[in-house]
Amino acid sequence: MPTSQSNPIRDAISEAIEQHRVILFMKGTPEAPACGFSARTVAALQALDTPFAAVDVLPDPRIRQELSAISNWPTIPQLFAKGELIGGCDIVTEMYESGELAQALL
Amino acid sequence: MPTPEDIKRRIEESIAGAQAEVEDYTGGGDHFRATVTASAFEGRSRIEQHRLVYEVFGGEIGGAIHALSLKTQTPAKIPTH
Repeated sequence: MPTSQSNPIRDAISEAIEQHRVILFMKGTPEAPACGFSARTVAALQALDTPFAAVDVLPDPRIRQELSAISNWPTIPQLFAKGELIGGCDIVTEMYESGELAQALL
Repeated sequence: MPTPEDIKRRIEESIAGAQAEVEDYTGGGDHFRATVTASAFEGRSRIEQHRLVYEVFGGEIGGAIHALSLKTQTPAKIPTH
């Protein structure tokens, strides 16, 4: 279904996901996470010494709305690598513990 | 406000053959943690497994249910060691 309606926020999110190898959409910032789930996800990435881009979804509710529409994933945080959704806090933590996360971020 | 029993019942009713264990993570009735075992998960990625569970609750996730922490597994993957 083609849509000609412009959606700058959605376009900006898609572009950010494409342009950054590893990008985390979170509540707050890596330095000051505003939610325990975001904090835990940042900790896993930092434990692996992975450079990542971070986007704070809190300043504008439309970021979260459009992100979830793109990813078909309802919660924050959301980690993407190489354009693909890796998962939220539960999956990232599980993959970190099993060693799969390091592989997925290579 | 949903109870852990509500969450468990809804997961088990919506996903064929699913068994769920649900706890209220904070005691506040809005952060839940669920372990869901279902043969419906077989052949699906973790992301798809979690999506199946999230779909049971639709817009309630992030709303009335602030957080639903998930661990999903297939019956065959229940550790036997």
